[in-house]
Amino acid sequence: MTCKEFLAQLDDLIDGSIPADTRAQLEEHLHHCEHCEVVFNTTRKTIQIYRSNELFDLPDNLRDRLHSAIMARCKKVS
Amino acid sequence: MTTIQSTADETEQHPDLALVARARTGDVSAYDTLVRKYERQIFRIAQHITQNREDAEDVAQDSFLKAYEKLDQFQGNSKFYTWLVRISVNESLMRLRKRHTGRMVSIDEDMETEEGSVPRDLADWAPNPEQNYTQTELGEILEKTIKGLPPGFKVVFELRDVQGLSTEDTAEALGLSVPAVKSRLLRARLQLRDRLSRYFHKDQRNKLLKHSFKGRAASEDK
Repeated sequence: MTCKEFLAQLDDLIDGSIPADTRAQLEEHLHHCEHCEVVFNTTRKTIQIYRSNELFDLPDNLRDRLHSAIMARCKKVS
Repeated sequence: MTTIQSTADETEQHPDLALVARARTGDVSAYDTLVRKYERQIFRIAQHITQNREDAEDVAQDSFLKAYEKLDQFQGNSKFYTWLVRISVNESLMRLRKRHTGRMVSIDEDMETEEGSVPRDLADWAPNPEQNYTQTELGEILEKTIKGLPPGFKVVFELRDVQGLSTEDTAEALGLSVPAVKSRLLRARLQLRDRLSRYFHKDQRNKLLKHSFKGRAASEDK
């Protein structure tokens, strides 16, 4: 397996959406290719960091204000 | 066709549908529950696209109002949330067009760039590199890093990887094909990874960046 072939299936490997035999081939490539191992590990870490640090979260007071504004407009048209 | 069947079953049983049905009959409290459930996610999507807090608040308001007015048009063969995301993405793009007159922005524009198709920075990261930064610093890094991505990449990443939608639901919400979502997701992940590598290298560079990341990141982003 080449690095390009590995990369084409990187997302499926990360998402776990591949058959066992394909997974075994990809993992075999990882054992021998340091570059792909770094890309795989750091891409997975990238996702994990973004998932555990949600951006643009609304503080409670702003969320309440937004919620009230939305509902006030909806009530006007109902 | 097991997958399609199970998706249909999930849709039939989705609790949002009962709330939508009640809201259609004029039960505003049912719609209130739906707004409460999804307002933060819709705000985040709008903020990703408009890159402006005020615009994102306006978009969130307009999107929920539009969805409320159009509840009768909601078919129920898609999830309520994917339908809502589609409305909010369109509202966000309209807001961008108003702000940047003459600059057309589309979520499905062809972005055949080389960037992101091949990883460039292959240096390994420190273990748990995020721990080298305060929460505020990390937030700034993550915002700065994702800000430079095309809107279509950012929203696909947000929906798939942060909010956990399936590829199929993401495709439906954005009006994209499944292969287009997959292609954008891979590129978004690799571009974010490349950009974060500037901060998270295993070597001591991240310590230097920790003290001066604002200035350096600004120049590296160019």
